[in-house]
Amino acid sequence: MASISLNNVFKRFGSTEVLKGIDLEIEDGEFIVLVGPSGCGKSTLLNLISGLETISEGEVLIGDKRVNNVPPKDRDIALVFQSYALYPTKNVRDNITFGMQTRKVPESEQQAALSEVSEMLHIDHLLERKPGQLSGGQRQRVAMGRALVRKPEVFLFDEPLSNLDAKLRIEMRTEIKKLHQRLGKTIVYVTHDQIEAMTLASRIAVMDNGHIRQFADPTTVYEDPVDLFVASFMGSPPMNMLPGKILRDGGLFIEPAGDTSGLRFPVPGEIASRFTANEGHEVVLGLRPETIFAAGAELAGPDRFVFERPIDVIEPTGPDTMLVFTIGETEMIARVRPQDEAPVGTSFRFEVEMAKAKLFDRATGVRL
Amino acid sequence: MSAANSSGIVRASGAGQRFLRYLLYALLVLFCLYYLVPLYVMLTTSLKTVGEIRTGSLMALPDAPTLGAWSKAWDTACVGVRCDGLKPYFWNSVVMVVPAVLLSTLLGALNGYALTKWRFRGANIIFALMLFGAFIPFQVVLLPMARTLGLLGLAGSVFGLILVHTVYGLAFSTLFFRNFFVGVSDSIVNAAKIDGAGFFRIFFAIMMPMALPAIVVTIIWQFTQIWNDFLFGVAFTIGDSNPLTVALNNLVNTSTGVKEYNVDMAAAIIAALPTLLVYIIAGKYFVRGLAAGAVKE
Ligand SMILES: Nc1ncnc2c1ncn2[C@@H]1O[C@H](COP(=O)(O)OP(=O)(O)OP(=O)(O)O)[C@@H](O)[C@H]1O
Ligand SMILES: [Mg+2]
Repeated sequence: MASISLNNVFKRFGSTEVLKGIDLEIEDGEFIVLVGPSGCGKSTLLNLISGLETISEGEVLIGDKRVNNVPPKDRDIALVFQSYALYPTKNVRDNITFGMQTRKVPESEQQAALSEVSEMLHIDHLLERKPGQLSGGQRQRVAMGRALVRKPEVFLFDEPLSNLDAKLRIEMRTEIKKLHQRLGKTIVYVTHDQIEAMTLASRIAVMDNGHIRQFADPTTVYEDPVDLFVASFMGSPPMNMLPGKILRDGGLFIEPAGDTSGLRFPVPGEIASRFTANEGHEVVLGLRPETIFAAGAELAGPDRFVFERPIDVIEPTGPDTMLVFTIGETEMIARVRPQDEAPVGTSFRFEVEMAKAKLFDRATGVRL
Repeated sequence: MSAANSSGIVRASGAGQRFLRYLLYALLVLFCLYYLVPLYVMLTTSLKTVGEIRTGSLMALPDAPTLGAWSKAWDTACVGVRCDGLKPYFWNSVVMVVPAVLLSTLLGALNGYALTKWRFRGANIIFALMLFGAFIPFQVVLLPMARTLGLLGLAGSVFGLILVHTVYGLAFSTLFFRNFFVGVSDSIVNAAKIDGAGFFRIFFAIMMPMALPAIVVTIIWQFTQIWNDFLFGVAFTIGDSNPLTVALNNLVNTSTGVKEYNVDMAAAIIAALPTLLVYIIAGKYFVRGLAAGAVKE
């Protein structure tokens, strides 16, 4: 049983505070993905769970056992390092089996485990090579292999796929997901890749500057972000953030800042009803690119709002085309079907699904 | 042109460049001569007879080369009152230098590893103190060391000399290894910790194989220092336990009638041969090791 609990965990390096009170309850067998901007403390958090760094304050439990003072080798964890950290003088085979050799696992078991992971990771033809003779992606897979052979209770992955090419990355992503389903071990996984986070996680923890902003399942984090930070961090391309003011005029409207064309976004009744801000209150209207599309492209629904704007830039991505336009001072991105595309400069009729709009307080960033 | 030089870095070509290159080579040859001429004189003199040395020119090749002086220096020349040549003292030196080099290298590696990868409170201060040891003139420690050896009952013995060289070799060997290990990523050690390895297993299985260049550099350095040491040898050993350097000095100073320059030269070359050999065998690692850490694998 390997649940992981972090209770009010702080980590300081000298006078710099890197983790500022982390509370996390990870259940046995969960797949947790940690996301957050570079330098927010993700690797540090993994190091605390693994025991490679000492906790400054608070406690970490693995299972029901407090492990603050348990050395890494006794925690039954495996860690894939962001920097691979392969043993440069050992060949791939010995890199992968070193841990088992150290733990005196019988030779035959070692062999079986080695061939299983090396096949899964497509590195079985590289076993005799030294790390210096491998490409970045191959090294990364060896680093994965070293973690996987040991079948520990907890896996910690620090951006394990960041150096792979797109195809291999998708393949490995699927492999990791299968592996998790098969072994059912607890996984904490750091990534900068939105899709990896969404597809792999049972729950996502969004970190910022040593705090956890939101800890919830992927759909909730995406559809129901707690604040501006989480909303703008998750999603690619990111959510459009349109600053504006509340206008009460029969219903509830948002008047975009800096716009002179009299545009007002109607706030649907369902959102408006739980919401008491005064007229003139400064807010940010969050609209995901996929909630803005060509007018008439989808079946009519409730709470749709149509407006016109000239197209500034066209960015085809294949399945969809991104149209960039401006409202006031703000650049907005809409995601339309390729066949709806129009030339740059022409006025385009956009339709917004206001039921999916989010509202944030501009001063505090909190979701309204 | 391209066929002649189709690999390696692309070089500028042209008459000016060629002239500069020849100038460079000429300069290098000059420096080589500067070092090689004394060796040439020693070698030719050692192959001459005493008579030929007295009458002939210093630079001339020997008329009839003979190894007589060599065998005398090795086997029968008088060192003080004992006339067995350098042979017994050569073995004294070997018996002393091998354990002293191995011990100081191993302990230096252990120090460097502990100081960089298992950092503890006060590590920097300890390292600074050890560095200080590298810069103390050895004359300063002669008396306290003599007293220490006396108390340990090791005065005048080869074991005493081994201890002294191991201790004073530590300053440099620690410095070499610390500087090497500082460049090794901590995450490699962390990975090994997670793999269940402890202090010594990480040291022997992971760090030492990586440190091969540093090991070679340290061995060459310690070997040269300890083999060539005269001061500790003359201060802490007596008579039969003298190392080769002290014996060489005594041999040259034992004057019985005519000065036998050929024997002196042969003896000096014999004394220098082992260090020369070590350089030839391990020299390429030495050069590489000095640049180690500049390029990260
Ligand atoms: N040993 C250390 N001493 C001092 N500061 C450190 C140390 N290790 C990390 N930090 C600081 O802690 C912060 C968090 O680092 P960490 O490596 O956890 O970031 P991260 O979220 O993993 O970033 P990335 O996505 O770039 O990997 C950074 O500002 C870093 O400079
Ligand atoms: Mg990191």
